[in-house]
Amino acid sequence: MTDYNFAYLDEQTKRMIRRAILKGLAIPGYQVPFASREMPMPYGWGTGGVQVSAAVLTPEDTFKVIDQGADDTTNAVSIRSFFERTAGVETTTDTSAASVIQTRHRIPEEPLKEDQILVYQVPIPEPLRFLEPRESETRKMHSLEEYGLMHVKLYEDISRHGHIATSYAYPVKVEGRYVMDPSPIPKFDNPKLGDMAAIQLFGAGREQRIYALPPYTQVVSLDFEDHPFEASKADQVCGLCGAEDSYLDEVIIDDAGGRLFCCSDTDYCLGRRNAGHQGSSLPGNEVAA
Amino acid sequence: MDAQTLGGGFTDPAIQSARAFRSVMEAMARPGTICNIAGAEPPAPLSRAAGSVLLTLCDADTPVYLASDTDTADVRAWLAFHTGAPVTGPSHAMFAVGTWQALLPLSAYQIGTSEYPDRSATLIVESDKLAGGATLSGPGIKDTSGLNLPDLVAFQTNRRMFPLGLDFIFTSGERLAALPRSTEVC
Ligand SMILES: [Zn+2]
Repeated sequence: MTDYNFAYLDEQTKRMIRRAILKGLAIPGYQVPFASREMPMPYGWGTGGVQVSAAVLTPEDTFKVIDQGADDTTNAVSIRSFFERTAGVETTTDTSAASVIQTRHRIPEEPLKEDQILVYQVPIPEPLRFLEPRESETRKMHSLEEYGLMHVKLYEDISRHGHIATSYAYPVKVEGRYVMDPSPIPKFDNPKLGDMAAIQLFGAGREQRIYALPPYTQVVSLDFEDHPFEASKADQVCGLCGAEDSYLDEVIIDDAGGRLFCCSDTDYCLGRRNAGHQGSSLPGNEVAA
Repeated sequence: MDAQTLGGGFTDPAIQSARAFRSVMEAMARPGTICNIAGAEPPAPLSRAAGSVLLTLCDADTPVYLASDTDTADVRAWLAFHTGAPVTGPSHAMFAVGTWQALLPLSAYQIGTSEYPDRSATLIVESDKLAGGATLSGPGIKDTSGLNLPDLVAFQTNRRMFPLGLDFIFTSGERLAALPRSTEVC
């Protein structure tokens, strides 16, 4: 560990990120600019989330990393081992045992608690970016609460598809003020953003933005009276644990193109199976097609 | 440079500032929650909590205003040695420290701009007592919480400017609590 500063980043950088986190918590949903540092991993690997984690971790923490719900992807494993090495923290895959959870594209199924912190990796923090490429303009739109175009775009979705087709990074409004990008979580996860007991921090490395949701913050997914928001998921149950309430991934399981729906949250699924729940696709339980 | 200037900093800066930050973050994320914070031994009249907040958050990039009786030669020397933060007047300060009376008027500080509301001051208010008093509600608070506040109208006025405004950290001995601009008080 002597070759590294604690949690890799130098103290000046951590102070700058920490100040940005505090302002983010004081102004929920507002994107605080920060001077992102080069990290020893490519941008797509969540350098924003990694910098936020580096700024909040203490040696006493237990750290978990999930990548689209899974603890065992290359991305998740390498970030976990990065902080084992540089911060000396314990790591875990157990959601309830973690004090800091860094995530890419999911919120754990198990409700988080007051002593936990959820750190999101964010690729594009600006929910208005697809409407307006210029940062100077989107900043002005946020300052004036000019969110009409955002609503028009969602409504166009409805007229084209009969429903709002946006199923990831579905925009939310925070405390009736800032429209925020929740990162590319499935909209199934959107209802968990509001009134969460844990602190939620969002880091975008390439775009150099940090934003935050304090616990118990009001977060509302944008919608319309005649087309209310719906937290949809595949109309299936988990083939491994039988869960009906969790977000499912469809995976190809054999060369013949066989498919299986299973929990995207691998820790949740394993926990259910360890508790005796069984899905129809577990070995021995296969249902003949 | 005397012993008091050289001493009183974090003995293990990376670890102690990480722990201290978690206390400040917890306090700011959950307004009214009282957290322990320690590590700094600043010169009088600064509390250990105020000193620890300054060591954790301040450096050459953050002008600090030392209000009234916190502006001593010892405090200046300690702050300069351990943080490198320049001492400034209230209108340029990113952080200010002192008693409530010494920090007034609040109109002297930066409250941010409509496009950059984060460019606003954080006031570290040295307090006798943190618990009780006013009722708080808003982001970070499940139903309501409480905090001993030196004023009500000042914080209600600050709330009305949201998303602009000031953020407050109340320090007492080795404890702190916070009141961001988003909190309703009554
Ligand atoms: Zn499952």
